[in-house]
Amino acid sequence: MSSYSVTEPSLRQKWVAGILVVGYALITILPLVWIIGTSFKSPSDAIAYPPKTFFTPTVEGYVNVFTTRTRLSPEQLQALGEPTTWYDKLVRKDGLVISGPSRFAERFTNSVIIGFGSTVLCIVLGTAAAYAFSRFKVPLKDDLLFFILSTRMMPPIAVAIPIFLMFRSLGLSDTHAGMILLYTAVNLSLSVWLLKGFIDEIPVEYEEAALIDGYTRFQAFYKVVLPQAATGIASTAIFCLIFAWNEYAFAVLLTSGNAQTAPPFIPTIIGVSGQDWPAVAAGATLFLVPVMVFTILLRKHLLRGITFGAVRK
Amino acid sequence: MAQIRIQNVRKEFGAFTAVRSSSFTIEDGEFFMLLGPSGCGKTTTLRMMAGLELPTSGEIFIDGEEVGMKPASQRDIAFVFQMFALYPHMNVRKNISYPLVSQGMKREEVKTRVAEVARILKIEHILEKPVGGLSGGDRQRVALGRAIVRRPKAFFMDEPLGALDAEFREHMAEELRALHDRMGATTVYVTHDQLEAMQMGDKIVVMNHGVVEQFGRPQQIYDWPATKFVAQFIGSPSMNFLEFEGMIGIGGKSVDLGGVRMNVPIAREGRAGRLTLGVRPEHVNFRDDAAYRGRVSAVEYLGTTQIVTLATEHGELKARISSGQKVREEELIGLNFDARTLSLFDAESGKALVSEGNEGVLAHG
Repeated sequence: MSSYSVTEPSLRQKWVAGILVVGYALITILPLVWIIGTSFKSPSDAIAYPPKTFFTPTVEGYVNVFTTRTRLSPEQLQALGEPTTWYDKLVRKDGLVISGPSRFAERFTNSVIIGFGSTVLCIVLGTAAAYAFSRFKVPLKDDLLFFILSTRMMPPIAVAIPIFLMFRSLGLSDTHAGMILLYTAVNLSLSVWLLKGFIDEIPVEYEEAALIDGYTRFQAFYKVVLPQAATGIASTAIFCLIFAWNEYAFAVLLTSGNAQTAPPFIPTIIGVSGQDWPAVAAGATLFLVPVMVFTILLRKHLLRGITFGAVRK
Repeated sequence: MAQIRIQNVRKEFGAFTAVRSSSFTIEDGEFFMLLGPSGCGKTTTLRMMAGLELPTSGEIFIDGEEVGMKPASQRDIAFVFQMFALYPHMNVRKNISYPLVSQGMKREEVKTRVAEVARILKIEHILEKPVGGLSGGDRQRVALGRAIVRRPKAFFMDEPLGALDAEFREHMAEELRALHDRMGATTVYVTHDQLEAMQMGDKIVVMNHGVVEQFGRPQQIYDWPATKFVAQFIGSPSMNFLEFEGMIGIGGKSVDLGGVRMNVPIAREGRAGRLTLGVRPEHVNFRDDAAYRGRVSAVEYLGTTQIVTLATEHGELKARISSGQKVREEELIGLNFDARTLSLFDAESGKALVSEGNEGVLAHG
């Protein structure tokens, strides 16, 4: 088995593969590491030239992203007395005081509501539609499927103006419901197509067995089909969430005060004195977390799905 | 346990008719085979009985109750699929107990029933295993377990041995038959393998192009095929057909086969024109004084018997004779057919002519 095995790669192949994977990982991870690093720098370290690889970490950026601050004269600062909290103390040394919370937490919550809301809606509607397309005789099935796909044939932003006008007359501008609807509409075609592929793969005999075992069509669907489509649902959910989470153009166009998501908000985090890069980086870092956690949680499902496929036959 | 009656059942898929007006009755406790080549409508018929397809027209009775339009879940039957269809996300125990859980049975009782079934099928040691890693035979047993645990009115099996390798298939066939004899439940079994059908079935329905060609006990079907299709489909090598122009009247005892008088069972039905004489290979005897002759073109040795292929005036003919008999190729041999076993067919329609021999069999077919 040593040198002629077809399935077992040779030591050299393993090394080459390893180097390629590590190299690719480094290239993709580097900007991420840099952003996370910057979020822990002080404003002066962040713009230092040459760039600092090693620095004294500080959470100033994180304090700044969550607060608004006012510059006071030394006398006024004196009059205020000793800072009462650790974050107060942190901004005091720059001659600032915290004047209130920023809107970051609110924008972040909006992102969570809109991102996850549209993902859930996409999966629920997408799974139902995909199941119907996969299992039932639907009149004009192929035409309908093509029509669904065709909604993705142009960049969604091409219809931004009509959508803007529509949202305005429907009163959906700057509402959570409006954004959830919009992102669902954009993602649904992808979701239907992806999930249909996954459900087509599941032999119909499983449902028939369940039907004969005394279950209704709906019970068979959620007890037998859904667990087996978990792989597809997980990967589709990740796709949908990433799109809704990262979406910038529509968010800028359609939201401002109430339902603004984090992407249009983060670039507006500008400090009192110059561009506050650590705060922007801190916002971006925090913004990464939910998608990362979501993907890591579902990753187990993805792997489980792969092993299922291997033994089904 | 149940009697199942199919009456004028018809199934169309768009323009294609899968089953045309089938009727037959499966008695309580019978091991019933639906036999036919692929695409003949046997699986569709089974699926209609199970409630997985709805008939276009006709009626299906289980235990006297019309169930044609009822969903599968309300028919109280069990189905074993060719690819087993074990739920891949559950282990063996869960798979077997799944039909009981749907009835809302108490956990204790489910456990007892599963243990009992596992003992019958000898799968106690794999109960906690996932179904993914099981061998074909074990999967088959689990699928059977899931079927019998419910004690349904009837078992429907769609080529359940089709996914197993040849060696194991025979073993499972015996096991299945033994299981049936022990439980005595009505079983409907779909197969395209005529040997399997003859070996296991109490009764056989032979289907072709969506039509029931014949219905009866294996031996009746083998001895007295109702059509040329059945004659050819059952038995290996299949029945020999000698095509000739001739006639037979009611009460006739013989036909004229190329100038040779050939005795046949007394005819109850007359016909003139193109006829076919059907003779099974084992009913062909070599006799030097026989007037009908054939030239040997090939000899196949099969151990205890040999198959001799002969060219005759009316086409090729195969004879199954004992291996002890010496036969040389190119030899001209006199052929004698056992008169009591012969069938006559109308060559155009393919239907057997009623005679003294087959009248009892064809009457209810």
